[in-house]
Order: sequence, then structure tokens, then C-alpha cells
Amino acid sequence: MSVRRPLAERSLDVIRSVVIRYGLGLVLVLLWQYAAMQASSIFFPPPLEILKRAAELWLSGPPSRLFLGDGVFSDILPSLMRLLGGWALAIAVGVPLGVLIGRSRIAADLTNPSLQFLRAIPGPALIPVFIILLGTEAMMRVTLIAFGSVWPILLNTIEGTRTVDPVQIDTAQAYRLPSHARLWRIVLPAALPKIFAGVRVSLALAVILMVVSELVASTNGIGYRIQNSQIMFLLTDMWCGIVLLALLGYTLNWLFLKVEDRALAWYHGARGHGVRSQQG
Amino acid sequence: MLTVKDFHHAYAPGQVVTQSVSFEVRAGEIVSIVGPSGCGKTTLLKCLAGLLAPTAGDIRFQGEAIRGVPQGFAMVFQEYGRSLLPWATVNDNVELPLKYRPIPADERRSRVTQSLEAVGLAGAGDRYPWQLSGGMQQRVAIARAIAYQPQLLLMDEPFASVDAQTRADLEDLVATVRDQFQITIVVVTHDIDEAVYLSDRIVVLSKSPSTVLDVVATELPRPRDQIATKAQPQFVSIRSKIALLIKRPTADVVRAPE
Repeated sequence: MSVRRPLAERSLDVIRSVVIRYGLGLVLVLLWQYAAMQASSIFFPPPLEILKRAAELWLSGPPSRLFLGDGVFSDILPSLMRLLGGWALAIAVGVPLGVLIGRSRIAADLTNPSLQFLRAIPGPALIPVFIILLGTEAMMRVTLIAFGSVWPILLNTIEGTRTVDPVQIDTAQAYRLPSHARLWRIVLPAALPKIFAGVRVSLALAVILMVVSELVASTNGIGYRIQNSQIMFLLTDMWCGIVLLALLGYTLNWLFLKVEDRALAWYHGARGHGVRSQQG
Repeated sequence: MLTVKDFHHAYAPGQVVTQSVSFEVRAGEIVSIVGPSGCGKTTLLKCLAGLLAPTAGDIRFQGEAIRGVPQGFAMVFQEYGRSLLPWATVNDNVELPLKYRPIPADERRSRVTQSLEAVGLAGAGDRYPWQLSGGMQQRVAIARAIAYQPQLLLMDEPFASVDAQTRADLEDLVATVRDQFQITIVVVTHDIDEAVYLSDRIVVLSKSPSTVLDVVATELPRPRDQIATKAQPQFVSIRSKIALLIKRPTADVVRAPE
């Protein structure tokens, strides 16, 4: 390992890994560009045109606003706020409730039937109810996102806190750790890998629900913009929104994995594999 | 210091694992509990530690009946890899039990340093348990117990999962710990050699439903030596005596390997 190979050989390795990682994506985009140009259908604009339009929409602002266009403030930011608000609410409710149910037999028996029932309701089906209860403002959308994305967090937290190694619990007891220390020093860290897995799934769900929530009774947001562009026959704008959503999901997942790599370094280390954020 | 009287334990009604066990542990002793596998050694130790309540019987520590884990007990588990917390460094693992007792921070830190030194792991404090070998991990678990400054240290098959050389080193460490920190030690083991080598006295249990077959004083001189002590006629005769005690009642039965 300590033997340094010649520079040329190492840079060849780098190129090879970049090609393997991103080569297929690039080929697919090129194929898309070629096919779209051949077809020249207004329904399927080529990616370069989508890119050009996206720059006009979102990167044409004055320097004082870091060149960010109006679309960023009218659509992207509101969407992001709803998404992060709903997701944060799901974490804030899902983790504590999951710990309670995971560690308390009574809480589990009390809540299990109701939770299984609620979980069976598809979130979007509740939009009409939420509109009646909460109106059509941000609160309705945040609640919908939270309701729909809380389940993986809740179930994984229950599972994670319920299956803490009994030897670790015995150790805590043998050394007379007070109950708050057992929670913060043993149960929560032990459950953290499962909690993170749940939170990551819920992030993907939150993006979906954000879009769904913006398709109904909305006046702004990425989802609204996509739908509105389609209605107004601005098909390139519609595609811009779709590509933006893909980029948004990709970036959020990547950021999340970065955070997870730090928080769970011990877990990946103990299991003998390295950082995961490089897997994209 | 620790007295066990008519200890009786059943996993479920009718499923008796321990019929009746009585013995005592005096301050400063190293006492081993040996017996065939399945005789309820680990269950007995858990009851001694206050982690489990016995079905019947009286266990007292310094005259007080044990209800829950008493102050002044520390425990070393066989499964070091699961008893140490993988998300905490070696230092944090050793320090954790001290954090919730009224010990000033600087004393806490010096106890951590001292106990890691005592087990030969000075300088490993910033590493994580999973970066260490099995023997080193069990040393960390022993350091955690030492730093806690217990009066009684309970060890459950502490060296059953490490290789032979490490095992010999760790056995010698137990005697050092007792001498250096004046801790009374109770060890559960299925290994007769280990019990004789480590102990001042050995409680020999029968197969389940178990009773005490004998309590044997080793009376071997200290400090002990892995080669010289094990070659002494006294060592050999005690070892045979205990082996016979354990084997006799089941000599005609093929027992499953541990």
C-alpha cells in the first residue's frame, strides 16, 4: 500500500473510476439529446434546451441576488421550506414516539392498532381533510408531508430501540447508569443506524409528497409550476421543473449521506466498510 | 463479604436449573465457580450481580440482601464485543460509568488513565473498541471495571472467547488487579485449569439441577506462574480432584462440547 505508483498510472485509475461512475449517465443524456433532436417534438425538448431555459428561469437575476432569478424565490424556496418543514416535523414526532413505543411494552400495545390503521391511509387521500382543517396555506402542505413521511422514521425507531443488544442493557444496569443515561448513551446510539435508514427513506417520501401537495389548490412551488407549465403549454418549463426535482432529490440524498457518514462513522467502521456518500 | 444461602432458580415452573447452592466469598478472595455447561453458572452470577432475581434463596452483600445491582459491584462479560459500546472511544467507554457518580472531572480522567495503564493499554484511549483485538477489548472491559473502583468484581467466562496466549496474559492480569486495587473477585468459568490457576477457592457445581459438590481451597503460593504453578503436584492433584467431582455423576453420558 505504501508503494507509490507512477503518476500516469494513478491518474488513469482516477479517469477509469470517473468513467465507471458517471459514464452511463453521460451516455444516456447524449442519447436523449440525439433522440430529441431527431424527433423534434415540442413535447420532448432536447436536454440542452431544457438547460438553457432553466438558466433563464432561475439564474438570470441581478448580481445583488447572486444571479438567482425570480423563479427561485417564487417556487423553489417555498417548496424547499415546505419540504424541510414537513420532514423536520416527521423527525420531531417520529423519533421520540418511536423510542417510547420501542422501549415500553404498554405504549406498544396501546398504540399499535391505531398506528397500523393510520399507516394504511395513503397520505394524498387526506389532502381534502387537511384542506378543511388547515386551509390551503403552508401548514396544510407541511402537515401532509409530515404525515406521509413519518412512518419509516417511526417504524425504524421502534425496531431500533426494541432490538438494543441485551448485553449492552445488562452492562448499563450492572454499572447503575441512571435511566436518562441509558436512553442517551445506550439506546439512542444503538438505534441510530436504523433511525438514519428510516429518516433517509422518509426524505425521498417527503419530496414526493411536496410535489403532490403542490398539485392541489396551490399558487406556487415546483409542483405547481410543473402542472401550470403543462396547462399553459410551456413544455420546456415543465421539463425544467422535472429535472430540477431530480437534481433536488439527488442533492438532498447526497447531503444526507454526508451527515450520516459523520454521525455513523463508528457503525461503518465496526462493520468494516468505509464512507457511503461516494456511492451517490 | 458475599453470602449465598439456599440459592434456588427455575427458568419456569418445573424447569429447575439450580436446586440449592450455598457458599460465601470473603473480602480479598478470588473465588471461581466451575461446573458443567448448562448448570446455571451464568444465571447464578447474574443473580449475584442483582441483574436477575433468584426464584428462592438469600444472597447478601455485607449483610444486606441484594435487590437490584448494589453499589460497589462491577461486571466483566464474556461478550466483550457487545458489552463495550462501539460508538464510544476506549476512554469514553471506561469513563461512562463514572460520569453518573459524584466524581470530579479531573479525578475521573486520572482514573481512566490509571486503569488503562494497569491493563497495559496506555495510549489506546482515543481508539474505538472495534479497532482493537479481542484480547485488548477484554482488557478495556477490565479497565472499565477497575476505574469504577468496585469492592466486588464479577466476571462471567471472561476469557472464553480469546486465544490461548491472550488468555494466559489476562489470567495473570486478574491476580495483579486484585493485589493492586484490593478488589474481591468472583469468576465463573467452565475451564478447570483456569479456575485452579486463578483462585483461592473454587465452588464446584454439579450438573443441573445443580448443587454444590464441594468448595476447594487451592492453597497454591502466589505469585503464580503459568508454567511453574501448573507443574506443581498440588495444582495437578486439585485439578484432577475437581475434574473427577464434575465428571463422576455424568461419566456414562456423552456431554455436548461447550
